[in-house]
Order: sequence, then structure tokens, then C-alpha cells
Amino acid sequence: MEQQTVKCEVKNLNLWYGDNHALKDVSMDIYDKSITAFIGPSGCGKSTFLKTLNRMNDLVPNVKIEGTVLLDGEDIFSPKCDPTMLRKKVGMVFQQPNPFPMSIYDNIAYGPRIHGIKKKAQLDEIVETSLKGAAIFDEVKDRLKKSALGLSGGQQQRLCIARALAVQPELLLMDEPTSALDPISTMKIEELMEELKKNYAIAIVTHNMQQAARVADRTAFFLVGEMVEIGDTETIFARPADKRTEDYITGRFG
Amino acid sequence: MKVKSSNPAVAPSGKTTILGVNQSRKAIERTATIIFFVCGIVAILAVAAITIYLIASGAPALGKVGILDILFGTVWSPTADDPSFGIAYLILASIFGTALAICIGVPIGLLAAVFLAEIANTKVANIVRPCVELLAGIPSVVYGLLGAIILCPLMYDIEAAIFANDPNHQMTGGKNLISAILVLAIMILPTVINVSESSLRAVPQNYRASSLALGASKIQTIFKVTIPAAKSGILTGVVLGIGRALGEAMAVVMVCGNVANVPFPFNSVRFLTTGIVSEMSYSSGLHREVLFTIGLVLFVFIMIINVLVNVVLKKGVEKE
Repeated sequence: MEQQTVKCEVKNLNLWYGDNHALKDVSMDIYDKSITAFIGPSGCGKSTFLKTLNRMNDLVPNVKIEGTVLLDGEDIFSPKCDPTMLRKKVGMVFQQPNPFPMSIYDNIAYGPRIHGIKKKAQLDEIVETSLKGAAIFDEVKDRLKKSALGLSGGQQQRLCIARALAVQPELLLMDEPTSALDPISTMKIEELMEELKKNYAIAIVTHNMQQAARVADRTAFFLVGEMVEIGDTETIFARPADKRTEDYITGRFG
Repeated sequence: MKVKSSNPAVAPSGKTTILGVNQSRKAIERTATIIFFVCGIVAILAVAAITIYLIASGAPALGKVGILDILFGTVWSPTADDPSFGIAYLILASIFGTALAICIGVPIGLLAAVFLAEIANTKVANIVRPCVELLAGIPSVVYGLLGAIILCPLMYDIEAAIFANDPNHQMTGGKNLISAILVLAIMILPTVINVSESSLRAVPQNYRASSLALGASKIQTIFKVTIPAAKSGILTGVVLGIGRALGEAMAVVMVCGNVANVPFPFNSVRFLTTGIVSEMSYSSGLHREVLFTIGLVLFVFIMIINVLVNVVLKKGVEKE
């Protein structure tokens, strides 16, 4: 855990939805090969912040963003930045499992195909490694040609993780990935995250403080658009520096 | 939302009984059910009446003339001394005319729907959409008029240029298969656009979001995720378009020349519908019966298409 490399460096990020100042001067480093959790009450801007990192907020009308986000030292808001390449490098898993209405195989192969891989053998290999990477290969290997919508919610979410892995991202964003899942599926996803952090940088938004405490190496606490504090998960939960963090994690509001 | 139980205004009084039947409410419920049932029956009765009436009035001629002579005969001269009732060219014209109108109209309609649902900003969409709706409301006879004054002269120029030295070609004045196809293609646009647009809008936003999050461009997302996800709705639009094109008589009769001919592009042609329209008023006897047979053939076509689509849609659903 010593000598961590910074994957993503956020400096003085401000974001407005129309007149609503949704992110206020947020700065933080996201380290490679570790999990960073964002916690905070609803509407505190943690999801907005996450979606800024792969520029999904670009799609929202009337959004205004200031500040810099450097991914491996490259500015993601630079006019030269190609959002499609950025999103290939920064994968995302959504709150609701949302496989495409196609076969399991086609779901995984979608990303690689989009990025120009056409050879069957190569696609086969990517599909298999991705499904194995998301710990779902054994459950679906006999039904790759069946519709992905026939899977359970937990399986669908791991499929979505596999789909994200298939384009070989370097930073994986997870927006409350287990909030729609049952406890057993949640546990599987958490185990998977432990496994994935060996190779990826992971940023996760979660409503569930225990989840943050269980999986995250570092935790950031957000409140009404401000990042109140960030630190080692242990420190944040045991000895928070800010009174507001303490109030939140001890359940006094939120 | 905590309710204080000590508040007498909201505390249960303990006087409500669940026994006893409210007679008047029960009567209203029953009457409403019957009214709905009767209204439902009207639709079934209408379809049944059409089916029975068409078969009853169209089938006898099949026996009298001979089913093969009608369906595969190529000579249509119902009023000759030795009348001939072959409608093969009418059938072919209807099939080719509809198919080609679909081939032209569906891609344009689908792309217009994509534009409205996915690409255009609200301002532009709010200008284009009423135009499309207006297009749907224009009477078919007006389409025919426009075809006759704009399209046919144009076709005539082209025809005159191509067949200038061909003594075998019967000049049509531009009233030919192509004119009919183009008019039909435009007429099916509003149907295809409206139905496709609403099915594209019904595609969950998160499909688009996950596609974009994987690094797909907007156009890739539209063609590889959104359109496939909306395909059953789009297919329904296509079928409604086919129904409209196959069944259209008024606009077509004004631009097609209405001569029972081999359906080549620059020939005047007669469709199943236009055959009925142009002769119903003066026909009698067997001739009239055969016109009903043509109606029956048209009806069967529509039925076949509907059944096919239901099968395809069901297969699509099962796959999911």
C-alpha cells in the first residue's frame, strides 16, 4: 500500500446544473489499484461527481463544469479529449443492472465490437476473460447465446461489470452497484471488487456506509456539493476530522 | 408521517361496518361492465361482418370463372363479348407497388423518427413533428392531386426521353408505376415516423447511457442499441405502412394510369384497389362479383401480413 500511484487527479472541480451549484470546489486524488468510496446523504453530489469522471454529465442539458480532472496526467476536459476514448478507459457500472436486450455474448462483445474488434476468435476470448473476471463465467457458460434479460438481478449486475471490463478500462466507476440487489448478490459483488482492485482503480458511490467500511481503501464524504473530507477508510470511520463527517457516520443525519 | 393516536379527528370510530351491500353502487358497477363488454363486441362484430360478407360475395365468382383463371389470368376485359377476369397483373402491381413504396418510405421514415427522437433539439423537433402530423391528416385525394400535377409531368419528361425511339412503348403521360410508388412512399411516411418515434422514445434511457459509457458514439448507440431495442415497435409501424399502401386507392388512381398492365416502372398499371374503385359504379352481374373477389384477395393479403407480423413479434418476445 506504500508508494501509491495517482490514477486520477481532481483539482477545484465545480459543476452547475443551471443555477444549482452541485459540486463545490472538489479536489481529490484517486489511486490506482485501490478502491475509493464516496459516501454522503442523497443529493450531496457524489453521483454527479462520479459521472463527471467519464464525462457522462456532458449529456445533461445546461450543465457547466469548471476545474480540471487529470487522468494519467491528461486533462479530460481538454478540447482534444475524445469522450469515447475517455469512456473506454474509464468504465462505468450503473445502479440498476442494465444489460442490453441481446444475448449474454453480444452484451459482452458490444464494447469490443464498437471499438473495432471483428475477429470471432478474439471476441470469444474477450467474452470468456471478461465473464471470468466478473466471476460469472461458470454460471452462464452454457447459455451465452441466451438473452441476458433472463438472468437474475445479481447475475445481470455482474454481467454489466463483465461488459465494462471487456473494453479494458483502467478506472472503473460504480454508481451504487449493489443498491438494487439482495444481500448475497451484494456480497458476491463486494468480493469481486476486492479481486478487481488488484488490476484496476475503482471509485464507488454507495449509500451503504458498512459497504464503504468493508470494501474501500479510502473514503470521501460529500455534503451538499462539498467534499467535506477524504482519507483512509479506517481514519474516516474511527477518527473523522470534521464534525459533519462524524455526525453522518454516527447516524445523526442522512 | 407519524399520526398521533390521541387525536380524536383521525382515530377510528369503530362504527364502520363491512357487512351490508351498497345496492346502487353495485348496479353502477354492473352496468359499466356491460357497456364495456358491448363496446368490445362491436369491434369483433365489425371484423366478423366484413369477413363473412366479403367471402359470401367474393367467393362465388371464384367458382364461376375458375380460381386459377382469376388469380393467374393476365387479361382483364370484363365487358368484352367473351369476358376475361384475370387479375394477375393487378395483384403483381399491388405487391410491387407496396413493396417498393415500403423500401423507399421505411428508411426515410425511420431515419426521420431517429432524428426526432434522438438527435433534434426540442425547438427543431417542435417544428418538424407538427408537419409530420399534418402530413398524416392530409386527405389521400390531395396526395393524388399533387402527384398528378407535380410528379406526373416530371415522369412524362423522363419517359419521353427514355422511350423517344421505342415504337413499342405506349406513352402514359407520366401516369405509371413509379409515380404511384412515390406517392405511396410519401403517404406511409407519417405512419412510419409516428409509430417508430414513439417506440424509440420508449427505449429505456439506461440502454443509451450504458452504450455511451462503453465508449460508443451517439450514432453507434442509435444503430446498435436503440433501434434494435425498438424493433418490434418499428416493425408495427412498417406493417401499418404496408396496410396503408396496399389499401390506398384514391391517391393512386390519379397517378397510376389505371390500365391492367405488366407492372414495369414506366407502364401504366392497375392496382387491386384502383380496379375496384374505377369499375364499381358501372359493373353488374359476374363483373360486379369479380370486383368483390378482388376485395376478398386484398383482404386476404392484409390478413396474411397481420398474421406474419404477429408470429414475428411473438418470436421476438420469446427470445427475450
